[in-house]
Amino acid sequence: MNNLGQAIHIKKEILVRIIKAFLSDDFERQARLIPYDMRPKGMEVPYRCCVYKERAIIKDRTLAGLGFPIEEDDETVSLADYAKQALERQSISDKNLTVLQAACKGCATNRIYVTDLCQGCVARPCQSTCKFGAISIVNGRSVIDDSKCKKCQMCVKACPYKAIVKISVPCEDSCPVGAIKKDETGFASIDYDKCINCGRCTVACPFGAVHERSQIIDILKALRSKNQVIAMIAPSIVGQFPGNIYQLKTAIIKSGFSDVYEVAQGADITANTEAKEFSERMKEGQKFMTTSCCAGYNQLIKKHLSEIKPFVSDTKTPLYYTAQIVKKKYPDATLVFVSPCVAKRAEGFENPNVDYVMNYEELGALFIAKKIQILDLEESKYEVESSKQARNFGYSGGVAESVKKSLKDEDMVKPCVINGLNKDSIKQLKRYAVTGDCEGCNLVEVMCCEGGCIGGNATINNPKTAKKLIDNFTQNSEDITKV
Amino acid sequence: MEKISVKVCTGTTCFVMGGANLQELHDSIPKKYGDKVELTASNCLGLCSINWEYSKAPYVKVNEQVVPEATAEKVIEEIDRQLAKQ
Repeated sequence: MNNLGQAIHIKKEILVRIIKAFLSDDFERQARLIPYDMRPKGMEVPYRCCVYKERAIIKDRTLAGLGFPIEEDDETVSLADYAKQALERQSISDKNLTVLQAACKGCATNRIYVTDLCQGCVARPCQSTCKFGAISIVNGRSVIDDSKCKKCQMCVKACPYKAIVKISVPCEDSCPVGAIKKDETGFASIDYDKCINCGRCTVACPFGAVHERSQIIDILKALRSKNQVIAMIAPSIVGQFPGNIYQLKTAIIKSGFSDVYEVAQGADITANTEAKEFSERMKEGQKFMTTSCCAGYNQLIKKHLSEIKPFVSDTKTPLYYTAQIVKKKYPDATLVFVSPCVAKRAEGFENPNVDYVMNYEELGALFIAKKIQILDLEESKYEVESSKQARNFGYSGGVAESVKKSLKDEDMVKPCVINGLNKDSIKQLKRYAVTGDCEGCNLVEVMCCEGGCIGGNATINNPKTAKKLIDNFTQNSEDITKV
Repeated sequence: MEKISVKVCTGTTCFVMGGANLQELHDSIPKKYGDKVELTASNCLGLCSINWEYSKAPYVKVNEQVVPEATAEKVIEEIDRQLAKQ
């Protein structure tokens, strides 16, 4: 979830325009005109130096919406040509994020800086506290030598006038694994060997520079084909759109899909399987087990935290089981997972049963482009009604609760929740892994995003309201023991 | 004194373009204005089909005044403006 209103608003508007262009009778021409339609001649220039730069930036953002990496943009190629390439491509590469580096220009490099508030005092605590000899006094004021500064921030803490500040780079600060960096040229880039696709940077950047590479064109192509296309909606989708999930099913079908499945259906299997696995592991004497349904956490394990692997549940994710069920029923259909985050986009790439991933913002854009009023629609039933606990998978604590409720002896579970991966919680997990003990609990639920999936980068509602809406909905769902 | 009517559009366009976040008004408005303001969630107000279309969504109507690109702060500001007129 983001609160960077305008940056996100522009990204959504572009998605709507791309879909409308696709649905028009001249996709290539309409795609080429997107920057001109959004920033017409004579319009007051909202953000940049001139309307031409605004259009150039919107062109770049449109590239991400068409599924291309912005970094590789050949400026001589028009959006019409890109639209054509998007139509012709058979697949899309798995680097899910792309940075609009032209937007990085406005953002200063990460450094420690002495402001004018420096009083040139006699005590000079900044100088004496610096272990690297980076601070000298020039004209009675402290000055930092960037080549010696290790950014430890001791001087920031030491200054009684609060005159020294750390200049933040929001994308770098938000990344829990140090995968995004502004380099010497001042442009941010992502190290995909480190990136866990948490999507935090997409939300953190006030310039809206980091984009998800959309598969919306590929999905629209599938919808236009004769093939059946099935949507699988994540549990956290409750509260992300007007109306209830039964009206949402009708809306999704109205926008061209053949059928809709709740991924909560797979979450019921995950909960039951994980509960069985948990009691076996406890019987064998293992001190704790962690959940395994969060895609961001699974990437963290793979890329940064292999130590914890022996403690991670082998149970598959709700998406895995759901896709398996759907694929069995419709072996020739195209399967689209509707996702709250970019991490699940990555999981979709790894799962051969999942053809495409569409996030909530993209689904919303599809509804807007097709003028679908969800509140006016009839309800459609799901083939299987999922349990209350499975439908609560989308918020922090929900997964652990479902495992607990699935066990005969609920009291054997002592859950704890890692509510959001950050440098501290990653250290905490590392400590659990190394000591083989998690300090008084035995089931660790790990959620990459704060609040759980309702805090995912592509969510539409704020997590607080979303949780309330999920609770309102699930209080009438059956208990997991009865499903 | 006439009640001020606040209609938050819950049409799909407004909801997706940021209107979801206006649900906090259901808590904050009664707290701030008691029964001086009547807040309703409205079906599509039809505003997204005119003029700037979805690019100015979400829309909220405070009495007859349309608030484009509405945020909770902008809506409260407009309510205060209209209250001051009374």
